[in-house]
Amino acid sequence: MRLSPDQLIFWQHGFFKLNGTIVFTWGLMIVLAVGSKLITRKLSTDLKRSRWQNLLEIVVTGIEKQIEDVGLKHPEKYMGFLGTLFLFVALAALCTIIPGYEPPTGSLSTTAALALCVFVAVPLFGIEEQGLRGYLVSYAKPTFIMLPFNIISELSRTLALAVRLFGNMMSGAMIIAILLTITPFLFPIVMTALGLLTGMVQAYIFSILAAVYLAAATHTRKPKPAPAPKKT
Amino acid sequence: MDSMTIIAVASIVTAGLTTGIGCMCPALGEGRSVATALTALAQQPDASATITRTLFVGLAMIESTAIYCFVVSMILIFANPFWNHVIAGAATAAGK
Repeated sequence: MRLSPDQLIFWQHGFFKLNGTIVFTWGLMIVLAVGSKLITRKLSTDLKRSRWQNLLEIVVTGIEKQIEDVGLKHPEKYMGFLGTLFLFVALAALCTIIPGYEPPTGSLSTTAALALCVFVAVPLFGIEEQGLRGYLVSYAKPTFIMLPFNIISELSRTLALAVRLFGNMMSGAMIIAILLTITPFLFPIVMTALGLLTGMVQAYIFSILAAVYLAAATHTRKPKPAPAPKKT
Repeated sequence: MDSMTIIAVASIVTAGLTTGIGCMCPALGEGRSVATALTALAQQPDASATITRTLFVGLAMIESTAIYCFVVSMILIFANPFWNHVIAGAATAAGK
């Protein structure tokens, strides 16, 4: 019973192993990078647009609106990081449709790497926004006694991010594998559809949590002007 | 009972108990949170985007404890270090 794509070895030479995680991650990177490059070669601003450009615009403006809703005031600054997180995890889950593919996020190494990226990015953006002193002071808020607890909470929520994504992806793949040995064709297909849904939800959750942590690290203590009343 | 049997029984029973308790309690918590979110939605339908997003983030937090229990069960069943150690010991003893 294979727990993760780490154990699927494609090529091995002494110490270096090309396992399923690495190969599928490279595949996803190629699809994202080459696809975006091809679509954005000829951008047009008038009414006649290619449908791929429309798709990208829907995705980008949707992510921007979500980032702004969470409380980050200039979403363009964080769009690169948070958008990439969302697109990578979502595409990794979506490609489960392709036979023979296993999501690389079903390996703890990939999810730990993504969680470490968030762990490093939160202080980086926080220092960029508040200055080094202002950011370090925020660890001692609300009282100085909370300093060890704030540090522990930083570490534990990074761990929680990694294990949450890993557990969801691995459980989806494992349930399908177990069911395939027991039941006929229909039930594993239903479980694959459920796995797609949970994959998209987990991608959304991962990026929204990263955005919430960034918002907590970058909020400045200047008094905010009263928001204009929303027209519904 | 030798140590192999004890390890096997303990792993199996613990894996079952972990999954059982680990699925029940988060489900209770998630049920309560969804019920409260539905009440809030009924009272303020125009805040539905915020309420829905906060609901999903909260559900993911609660779900992660269930995932921790699942991961521990999987480790006990498929990647059990104590079982592997005992099996390796038995293999070398039989090979001698």
